[in-house]
Amino acid sequence: MSQLLEVSGISVSFDGFKAINNLSFSIGHAEMRAIIGPNGAGKTTFMDIVTGKTKPDEGTVLWGDLSRNLIGMNEAKIARIGIGRKFQRPTVFEDQSVFDNLMIAVSNDRSPVAVLFFRPKAKDIAKVHELADTIGLTDELARKSGELSHGQKQWLEIGMLLAQDPKLLLVDEPAAGMTLGEREHTTDILKEAGKTRAVVVIEHDMEFIRRLECKVTVLHEGSVLAEGSLDHVTKNQGVIDVYLGR
Amino acid sequence: MKNSFFMKNPSLLVFLGLLALFTLGVTLMSEAYGSGLVSTSFVKTLGKTLCLALVAIAMDLVWGYTGILSLGHFAFFGVGGYMIGMWLMYARTEIIVVNSLASSPIPATASEISDAIGSQIFGVVGSSDFPAIWMFADSLTLQLMMVVLVPGLVALVFGWLAFRSRVTGVYLSILTQAMTLALSLYLFQNDSGLRGNNGLSGLQNLPGADDIPQSVMSIWFLWASALALALTYIATSFVVSGKFGSVIRGIRDDEARVRFLGYSVEGYKLFVFVLTAIMAAIGGALYYPQAGIINPAEIAPIASIYLAVWVAIGGRGRIYGAVIGAVAVSLVSTWFTGGQAPNINLGFYEVKWVDWWQVLLGLSFVLVTLFAPKGIGGLVDIFTGRFSPNRKGAPLGPDAGSLREEEAEK
Amino acid sequence: MIRFLTAIFIVLAAFASPVLAQDQTIQEVLQQHREVIEKSSRRTIGPAIDAIAASGLPSAQNVLQKWQSRDMWQRKEDGMFFYAEEVDSKTYTLYDFDSDTAVGDFAKGDLSQLKPNSGIRAVIGAALVQFQLNDPDPARRSEAILAIQRDGEASHLAPLRASIAGETDPDIKALKEVTERLLTISYDTDDAARVAAIQGFNGALSLDVRAVLNPVLTTTIALKDSLPDDANIKRRVIAGSEALPFEDALARMVAAGMMPAQPTISERKDALVANIQDGMVGGVAVADLADQDARDRAYMVLVSEGVVPEWDAGYSIEDAVKSTEFVEVYTEPSKIVTDAAEATLKTIDRAVGLNQTMDLALDGLSLASIYFLAAIGLAITFGVMGVINMAHGEFIMMGAYTGYVVQQIIPDYTVSILVAIPAAFMVTFAAGVAMERLIIRWLYNRPLETLLASFGVAIALQQIAKNIFGTQARPLTSPAWLDGALVFNDVLAISYIRIAIFVLAGIFLGVFLFIMKKTRLGLETRAVTQNPKMAASMGINPDRVNMLTFGLGSGIAGIAGVAIGLYAKVTSEMGADYIVQSFMTVVVGGVGNIWGTLLGALGIGFLQKGIEWLNPSNTLAAQTYMIVFIIIFIQFRPKGIIALKGRAAGD
Repeated sequence: MSQLLEVSGISVSFDGFKAINNLSFSIGHAEMRAIIGPNGAGKTTFMDIVTGKTKPDEGTVLWGDLSRNLIGMNEAKIARIGIGRKFQRPTVFEDQSVFDNLMIAVSNDRSPVAVLFFRPKAKDIAKVHELADTIGLTDELARKSGELSHGQKQWLEIGMLLAQDPKLLLVDEPAAGMTLGEREHTTDILKEAGKTRAVVVIEHDMEFIRRLECKVTVLHEGSVLAEGSLDHVTKNQGVIDVYLGR
Repeated sequence: MKNSFFMKNPSLLVFLGLLALFTLGVTLMSEAYGSGLVSTSFVKTLGKTLCLALVAIAMDLVWGYTGILSLGHFAFFGVGGYMIGMWLMYARTEIIVVNSLASSPIPATASEISDAIGSQIFGVVGSSDFPAIWMFADSLTLQLMMVVLVPGLVALVFGWLAFRSRVTGVYLSILTQAMTLALSLYLFQNDSGLRGNNGLSGLQNLPGADDIPQSVMSIWFLWASALALALTYIATSFVVSGKFGSVIRGIRDDEARVRFLGYSVEGYKLFVFVLTAIMAAIGGALYYPQAGIINPAEIAPIASIYLAVWVAIGGRGRIYGAVIGAVAVSLVSTWFTGGQAPNINLGFYEVKWVDWWQVLLGLSFVLVTLFAPKGIGGLVDIFTGRFSPNRKGAPLGPDAGSLREEEAEK
Repeated sequence: MIRFLTAIFIVLAAFASPVLAQDQTIQEVLQQHREVIEKSSRRTIGPAIDAIAASGLPSAQNVLQKWQSRDMWQRKEDGMFFYAEEVDSKTYTLYDFDSDTAVGDFAKGDLSQLKPNSGIRAVIGAALVQFQLNDPDPARRSEAILAIQRDGEASHLAPLRASIAGETDPDIKALKEVTERLLTISYDTDDAARVAAIQGFNGALSLDVRAVLNPVLTTTIALKDSLPDDANIKRRVIAGSEALPFEDALARMVAAGMMPAQPTISERKDALVANIQDGMVGGVAVADLADQDARDRAYMVLVSEGVVPEWDAGYSIEDAVKSTEFVEVYTEPSKIVTDAAEATLKTIDRAVGLNQTMDLALDGLSLASIYFLAAIGLAITFGVMGVINMAHGEFIMMGAYTGYVVQQIIPDYTVSILVAIPAAFMVTFAAGVAMERLIIRWLYNRPLETLLASFGVAIALQQIAKNIFGTQARPLTSPAWLDGALVFNDVLAISYIRIAIFVLAGIFLGVFLFIMKKTRLGLETRAVTQNPKMAASMGINPDRVNMLTFGLGSGIAGIAGVAIGLYAKVTSEMGADYIVQSFMTVVVGGVGNIWGTLLGALGIGFLQKGIEWLNPSNTLAAQTYMIVFIIIFIQFRPKGIIALKGRAAGD
């Protein structure tokens, strides 16, 4: 089976500092993957490159069965072909209701004219309710999302991601600042999502990753240091050196 | 469906009702159709004010809803005025020229008439040839299309360039200001083909309507302005109420997020920019026939900044706020600068409001920005009991310019 | 060679004749030529004047001057010549030319006045030139040469050449030589000498040279067939081109009798009007004449009736004109002279072009200095602090008005400028600090609102200035030592004020770099800008730093205001003229980098001058195109010339 996303040999540098150095990475359909690594390992930059926010100096990012090159596409187009991204800090439209937030994200024609004359149909509303149910915000639908708690905002953002029906979900530190109970809920949502699509999670919290029960990629200084199950990589001498200091 | 649209926008019915009452009231007090309590010149002022409210709505849509602080929308307003002014001036001069040539022994040819019109219109800039931009000036239909097309195209080209390169925030504001400056400097030239700093004049005289007194004409324009304002209000309500409104407010608050949701942010911005430019131009096309004259000074960058001031004072992000701001500030301004406000004698110095009104306006604008960021419209919230959530934004990132963090600071 | 020989001949003649005539008195010379003098004719007078001028007698100049001014009289009884002074209307006192002594009073009836006509007076004037050119007073010599340069004549050439050899003052000698060559070009009859003189001016920048060469190259347009075979033809001209519009060509052919005269469109119309009979003209109803075709038809009918001049409806005329050969012909008959002049003019044009380019570069540089001055304060408040201060232009205006007020108090312009600079800094520094404390600090991180609030301040300040100083422009006079310009040659010059502004801009750049890189305030400013919380935790008071930085930026704007006020008029709206350009300068250069601001100012300054050079009549258009260019530039470098890179800048 061919890979969903095939990143090969990408490098990018900012003013001489190599943030990503000859990084290669691939993920299949319906696969769950966690990326860990110390600060400055290039995790977020990696996501920036895949989603089109940053242009790499070299390398290719190939997508899907047709192996389309994502480099040079703009963010919106990459999002439309099926890559959803959740940012490190929760970014939802705080001035708008939870319902509107989800409705924006529900996949439909995104062109201005179509959106201008768009009126939600029964199936769109049903979809929003179903998503709200998944992320546990059914009771909050009418509230302004700015009033939600930090954890709820994170869920809402994941819900918005799911509403896009992406084939690949990139999730940056979903559990940051959550209580233990909230983390468990988050794990459940992600695992559920991972059944039907590829999910890449960046996280610092090892317990959280352990619960995801998935393959782990360790990044260090912009390249892959180790890959395998969590137990496997934590036994890797290089990884131990990096985390504990040499 | 219609019903739910009005239900979603309770302010719409209230506004339309008030506007209808106002227009009717003014008509019944006018010199032409009523008691004569309101002078013709004041009817014109009111009609112009409605046009200013219209352009303020456009500004609110582009700034208050989409977050693009454009300092160029008054330029589009002016361009709209120029476009209709070209026809008014051409058609009226044509009538005059044809009348004067009628007394000549043999009837004039078409080219003789057009030459005579040319030297009438462009005599002041030492020319008599029609520049290419006057190509359609003889046809009202075509020139009305130009009212929409020219500002629309300028906005399209400029917006496409600016948004494509992802210029945002204050940079975009400065860029739009530069565009406005370039446009006004261009029009100041004598060889711009629009009579340089003389501008277009005599626009209050509709061609072929010399028999209709200005008092009647002013009421017609008042009604036309009111109708245009009402339609703009309805259209804007429609635009901002649905998912489109949701998306553009999303762009205002967090552009990147919208982009990662798969929306082409640039496309939306461009759409709104062009749409509002056209709205502004329509406002201008109604305003300048009432003002009677348009010249490049009207387009100077400062006018566009005033536009932003009206919207800010009225309360941005709500359509009625823009209307309140434009109406309140321009009417108060007329009152002060018209010499009606009583001077204050401080003993050692007499404060003449004609001189000091601008100072007062500037300072009150600073105060509104500092202490009442919601503007006058914010008072409505107190009555309706609506409060925005006390949002806690994320720590300020390096992109201190993005709007979300700004609002987090409130 | 020929010129050399000519010179020798003239020098010999000048020396020879006095030797021969040594024993004569001037009266004898006059008497020898008495007949010619009495006849007083332009054609025959030459030998007499030459003899007087060549006599070498000290009184010769006096004779010529008196003769020219109609003060020379002849005594009827013996035909002797004297100069006279009027005693009363009937009586004149005569003076002898040789001895300058009075001869006695005579009745007017016994005398006859010599009345040289203008032609003779001109000949006398030319003869007088040699005396002026050899005058012992150097000042009068150079005056005479300059007069010749201004208003030269063919007759000046010989005396001028004669005077060169005897000239002792090297400066005047050089001047004489240049003038001699200029005259040679215009008046010498020997083409070789003219060509040599022309070639001597290769690459010369002086306006006089161009003024002499251009008439040599004057051309007229003529029909080729009307010219003699040896005409000095420059080139062929096509009828209907820019050099020869179709109407001109036609008119020339008509004048040459090659074509019958054609009535113009308005003449035809007048003819129609004149021939209206019973509402009809030429068989066409008057009401139908609102169409050119109908008018033409009616006119043709009138032509066939023979009541109006012939008119050929167009096409054949055009062909006739097109098939006629027109040429551009030099008025100067000699081809080698015109060729040499063209070649020399080409070298001159090249030299002038080079100097004009340098002049343009200097202009661009001084404009860039002004933009830099206006923008450097903004580079601090906007570039470093990220605060959009729309009142920046009004701070410039405040600085300029401070300078004006200081000049009202201190009349000495030098002292007042020296006082005005620190005074302007203090005033605008205080204004900046007040503005930061009262307004800006509440709006950090809300840039759009800062923009609007500072705009409120700007319109208030503008109106206050208008209320205090009125709407008319106030002068800010520069000290006398800044008047005038540094002149390199006729093309290249730069005014001292511009040099001063350039120097001031350099000083500001130095001061800015010093403050930012070497002082505690600079360090703290950079720290606070990059991370206010971190800076605060290190014991830096961000409030204080922000306040001082903003004050500094505003203060520099004040000084810039004084400098700009010297160069332009001080009005309450002057700030608004600079604000957009200043922002453009900072944005184009790259926000947050002073070198970027410098590059931005240079780029915009040179660009604007460059565009003005392409279309010199229209500075408004130059500004328009420049702004359009900037908008397009930002497409390609949205972060400016010097862009900060990295993840931080990318967000």
